[in-house]
Order: sequence, then C-alpha cells, then structure tokens
Amino acid sequence: MTEASIIGLFVATVSFGALLYLAALGELLAEKAGVLNLGVEGMMAIGAVTAFIIGVELKNPWAALLVAMLSGALLASVHGVFTVGLGAEQVVSGLSLTILGLGLAAYLGKDYVGLPPGAELVPVEWGGLSDLPWIGPIFFNQAPIVYLALLMGIAVSLVLSSTRLGLALRAAGESASSTDSAGHSVLGLRLSAVAAGGALAGASGAYLTLSITPQWAEGLTAGRGWIAVALVIFGAWRPGRVGIGALIFGGTLALKTRLQPFGVEFSPIILSMLPYVLTLAILLIISVRARKRPSPAPFGLGLAYRREER
Amino acid sequence: MNQAPFSINDSALAVELSDVWKSFPGVTANAGVNLSVRTGSIHALLGENGAGKSTLMNILAGVYRPDSGELRIHGQSQQFRNPADALSAGIGMVHQEFRLIPSFSVAENVILGSAPRVLRTKQVELKVSELAERFGLKVDPSQPLWQLSMGERQKVEILKILWRNAQVLILDEPTTVLTPSEVDELGEILTKMADDGRSIIFISHKLHEVSGICDEATVLRQGKTVASALPIESTDQRELAQLMVGTSASTADRPEPNTPGAPVLKLNGLSTLGDRGLEAFSNLSFQVNAGEIIGIAGVAGNGQRELADVIAGLRPSTSGSLLMNDADITDASPQFRFRSGLAYIPEDRLGVGLAPRLSITDNAILRVYRQQRRGPFILAEKALAYCKDIVQRFGVRSADFNGPIAALSGGNLQRLLVGRELDGQPSVIVASQPTRGLDVQGVKAIQELLIEQRNSGVAVIMISEDLDELLTIADRLLVMESGIIRGEFDPRTASRDAVGIAMLSDGQAMTEI
Repeated sequence: MTEASIIGLFVATVSFGALLYLAALGELLAEKAGVLNLGVEGMMAIGAVTAFIIGVELKNPWAALLVAMLSGALLASVHGVFTVGLGAEQVVSGLSLTILGLGLAAYLGKDYVGLPPGAELVPVEWGGLSDLPWIGPIFFNQAPIVYLALLMGIAVSLVLSSTRLGLALRAAGESASSTDSAGHSVLGLRLSAVAAGGALAGASGAYLTLSITPQWAEGLTAGRGWIAVALVIFGAWRPGRVGIGALIFGGTLALKTRLQPFGVEFSPIILSMLPYVLTLAILLIISVRARKRPSPAPFGLGLAYRREER
Repeated sequence: MNQAPFSINDSALAVELSDVWKSFPGVTANAGVNLSVRTGSIHALLGENGAGKSTLMNILAGVYRPDSGELRIHGQSQQFRNPADALSAGIGMVHQEFRLIPSFSVAENVILGSAPRVLRTKQVELKVSELAERFGLKVDPSQPLWQLSMGERQKVEILKILWRNAQVLILDEPTTVLTPSEVDELGEILTKMADDGRSIIFISHKLHEVSGICDEATVLRQGKTVASALPIESTDQRELAQLMVGTSASTADRPEPNTPGAPVLKLNGLSTLGDRGLEAFSNLSFQVNAGEIIGIAGVAGNGQRELADVIAGLRPSTSGSLLMNDADITDASPQFRFRSGLAYIPEDRLGVGLAPRLSITDNAILRVYRQQRRGPFILAEKALAYCKDIVQRFGVRSADFNGPIAALSGGNLQRLLVGRELDGQPSVIVASQPTRGLDVQGVKAIQELLIEQRNSGVAVIMISEDLDELLTIADRLLVMESGIIRGEFDPRTASRDAVGIAMLSDGQAMTEI
C-alpha cells in the first residue's frame, strides 16, 4: 500500500463525493419544497449523455455542462407538471422518470458509445496550493465541478436558511395550505424547486462524462442517483450534513474500485450496500427520536396540494 | 371593564357590513346581516352553531365572496377577492384551525408571507419579540413551534396578523383551545390591542367570557342580525342568551310516548380527556332506560363527542365506570361492546363510521365479516346478499354494490351506516349528530328509525346540536356545557329559552335559575 495509492483513494473520494453531493443537493431542494423525486438516476443519465454529445459536437465543456443542466431541469419538469400541477402520485411518477431517463439516454447516446470525448473538464490548478503534499492533490487539483458542488452546497444552505425565498420553499414542503394562505404560490415554488433540482442532477451526470469517466456507455450512472436519494435522508435534509454524508458515501464508491490494488480480500458488493445500510441506520435513529421531537423530513413531503374550493 | 381610549360615541366605525347575503347550495347562511364595529373596541359576535357567524367573518376576511351586500372598512367601500386583499385592507383572521408550521420557529411562522428578502435571524427575532412585548404576548421567537402549547400557538397566530399591521382582528371562537387562565390572559392582550386603536371581533357563544372581555355585542340568529351593538355592561346575560336561541319553535309531530323500562346503560362518575389533553368531561353520571331516547343537547365542543367516544370504547375514560345491562364495560373493547348489543352511529360518518374507498358491500359487512366467511375467506355472495338485505330494509338508494361508498349521498350513507348498526339488534344505540347535513327526508327517515327502535325497547342516546330536533323526539333532555350536565329537562314541558340558557351559560349564571 503506497502513499500514492492512499492519496489516490482520497482524491477519488472527494470527486465521487462531489458527484453525489450535486445530485443530492438537487433532491434536497425538491424534497424541501415537498416533492419527492425518485427520478434522480434518470436525470443524471440524461445529464451525462447530453454533456457527452455536446462535448463531442461543440468541443466546449462549459456548453456541455449548461446543456446537461438544462436537460436535467427539463426532465425534472415533466415530474413537476405531473405531480405538482396535476397531483399525480410522486413515487410512481418519479420511478417512471428514472426508467424514462435511462431509456432516453441510451437512445440518444447509441451513436456515441465508445467515442473519444470531445471535451473534458480538466482539473483546476491552484498554483502553490496544488503542490502541497496530500492536501494539494486531494483538494486543490480537482475538476471545476467539485468546486461548483461546494459552492452550490453553501448557496443552497444560505438560500434555505436566510432568504424569504428559502423560507417560502421550506414552508411549501411543510404545509402547503399555510404557505398558500400566507400568499405564496405553492405551485410556483414547487415547480421551480423541482426544476432546479433537475439541473443539479444533470450537472452531476455531466461530471461523469466530462471528467470522471470521459466516455459514454449505457448504464454509466450505475445506481449513483439512488445513492443521492438515500443521501438526503442520511443527511437529515440539511445541506451541511448531506455534504459530510457525500464524502462518506463517496469514500465507499472510491474504495470499491481500489480494493484489489490494496490487496484486501473484501467483496465490493458489500461496499455497494454500505450507503443503503447507513441510510437505514439513520432512518432507525430518526424514528426512535421521533417520539421526542418531529422528524427532520419535510412534513408535506410527497403530498399533493389542491386548494379547496372557496 | 375595558377603558376605551376615547368615548365610544365619538369613535368612527372600523367595520360596517350592511345587508350581507350569502347562500350555499341548500342553505342561506347570511340573509341580510348588518354589523358595525367601532374603532378601538372589542366586539362580540354571538350566535348558535349555524347562525351564520363564521360565514360572515369569512366574508369579511376575504375567504368567501358575498352574494350581495356592502362592506366598508374605515368608511371605505371594499370588495375582497381573496384573503390577501382583506389583509392588505388591514383585516386579519385567526381561524379555529391554526395555520402554523410545527418545525418552524415562532419568528419564522410570524413572518411567513411577509418576510424581508434577506433574513437575519437575530434581527427578525428581535423585531418579533418587540412586537410581542408591545401587546403582552409572551412567546420566545426562537422556540420551535412544536414545543408550544395551544394557547401559545394562538398568540403566534395573533402575532402573524399584527406583523402585517392589521387594524381589524377577527378571532373565531378563540377560547375553545384555552385553559381558564389562558382565557384571562387573552382578555388582557385584546384589551391592549384595543387601547392601541385596533378593533377586534370576537366570535363566541360563551356568554360569561364575552361579558368579561368585550365592549359591545351583535347577535345573529338563523342568518339574520337580531340585535346589534348592544353595550355588554348594561345587558343581562339572560337577555343575550334569549336573543341567541330565540323563542319557542313549533314542536309538532311528537312521537307517541312510550313507557321506559329498566336502566340499560349506567354512567357512574365518568371522566375523560379531550384530544389536547384537557378534561373533556368530568364526573358524569346518568342512566339510560330501555325504551327511551335521551337527548344530549349543547353547543359543539362541550364534551359530547368525547362522551360518544367513551361509550363506544374509542376513547379511554380516566375515572368512573360504565355499566351495560349490569355488566361492567368500562375497559371493554369496541368489538366486545358491539357484540353485547351496543350500536354506534358516529358523528364522522365517512371517517369513523365507514371506509370511503371500500365498496358498499365491504362497508356493510365491516362489523359482521366473521359471519360471512369460510375459513380465512369472505364469501362474496353471502356478503352481497347481506348487503342487499340492509340496502332494501333501510331504503338505501344505490346502484352499484361494488362501487366505492363515497359515491353515495349523505342521506344514503347514513341509512347504510344506521342500517348496519341496527341490524345487530342492539340494546343501546349511541347516535352522534345522526341527522346533521341530511335533507328533510333523510332527517325524517333517521328520526323515525330511532323512534322505532325506542318503541321496541332499545335505549337510545342521541347527541345533537339541533335543539328543536331533540325537543321533538327525545323523552328526556340533558344539557351539557363545559363537560358538565347543566340541567335535565322534560322536552314536553321545557321552554326553549330555559334550555338555551343552560346550553350557553356557565355554572355561575345557572345558579340564579
């Protein structure tokens, strides 16, 4: 076990962590507004494939990222219109979105399988900082999307806690009728939160094809969208805790592909299960504590809102 | 008791509602109501359930639009399209059901909908607590709402309205969720707000509270104003009560009297707690005899619902005992009570009595599914035959036995529910608001069924808010108020006034009678 391979493990932990964090932040936004979106995996796949296609066609990684975010938002808005606008069952619609997103991504990307990437987001150099031992390669030589994830985490946290918009958004997730009677548009708040969440899931997908594994293949997302959904619960719907969770879950993803170089006889399948086992443990803690205090889950999560006839 | 900041005669009117009409399908809730509230006064709006108080206040708060009538706020004619319009004209309402978010802090709840673009928590909390202190509302703005008592939550609702700088505050039966000491505190807070020049409309039917807190009163009855701007201090409580209940209505069509038999159900000192942990009724004792209908009269929320729950076994009693046919059933399960001959017609038909999404057949056999099965399986044909029998005997009009029961009309739902309960040949029937919301025909049918049961020797407890109904069909009438039996009357001879006063007054007022 060399120093380089340990550093490599941490580098991968941070980059997988950022990948999961972006998608989880998006899911957190939607859930805070009261909409459960189980379509993260599908939105990530769409983000990944559109980013790769635009990269190949336009050779511009930033355009690729932008289009990936827009397609994620667009796909999420399908869920938004069905569940928020028409009051459809959120679980069913979200699951359909995953299947739709994965299928659509495979269809769009079938001519791009195995092609070399047209554009990549290369690691950012931070001058002297990047040369520091350990810290340099782990934190100061990452793809730009890693820093984007960090910025988004801070932004989401600030917006939710200390703006009128954040207050209204959280209110929409707790009690739609109270929000409505306070004069905010529940429909508008929920639709925008779902779309913004989709954009972040799309960015997360773009990170896969523009940096982590710069190529396109069907099934590239490999269940990471589901980990992001679990992460929101693990982080108790708080952006900071979700960030810490992202690093832990990112660590399990990083470790999975690096077990053999370490010479450890350990099934990677067990590691794949770890995020879900941890999430179940957190759910258990939440429900035990629920006897004394309310659950951290938004109270109106998953409930459609229709204003009563007046 | 309240010293208005200026002489009442000089002060301008904060609210003027004139000739307001509002109908809903089948009901005229407001039929030409007038209301004038002076600026800086606490104005009581009195009336029985269904007198049109809430409708009128929902019109003033912009929730409903009136069919006709004029609305003036501080002299200016207004038309509200929604609650936001009313709020911007300075009118806020505290509804009976609070619209608060448990996971939010007090301050967040107060400012929601009227918050600055960027929130600085400390600053906002300071502002909220300044506002709270000004009116003597003792709440900690940083505390999460779920930790607060009902009385404290009400203060948050009031703060919400004050935060938006409303000049007219409407409180819909604000004292029902409060303990007596909280009621006194509320009175002080309201006095402070009135001294500040704000006008308060206080909806109530508790006369003793009104006389301690309010300056003037308007009384509604059957959608009309029967007295307006009565000065509370110089008005007798009994006079107010008479205005609220009105004079005797016709008590036609009394059923033939029946000779009651032996006591079947005995309540000995029963007590229980309400949903909010406060005492719903205490030390209640009475007995019901075979072959009589005992009516429980009272304004909603005085322990009647809890009484029905306790007798049906759906709510534990905290003391006392309950005997049916001399067997102690205080702690028996609802299923055991049913099998020993207790039928229960709950107030909430579709929520408690029936399962809305199940079919008519499934609902019909809910109580007796054990008789419709072979092994673990329900026999569909047998169940259907049973259902058809009930439908036919009790005149339920329905086409589709396998369709969801929620598709039935209110009257048909109730017939099916009553039919199912009566089919077990009960010895006791507890019927809670059995005719509420039904059309004339439906009311008559249900009443006749209950009378028929009485004649065949069943003991019937009928809880109703409709005093005329009870005066017509009950053999004995008990009046419940604040969880206590305030009086027993013979419906054949009782005057509507006397019963009304017992329903509306507290114990102190009753000692004069």
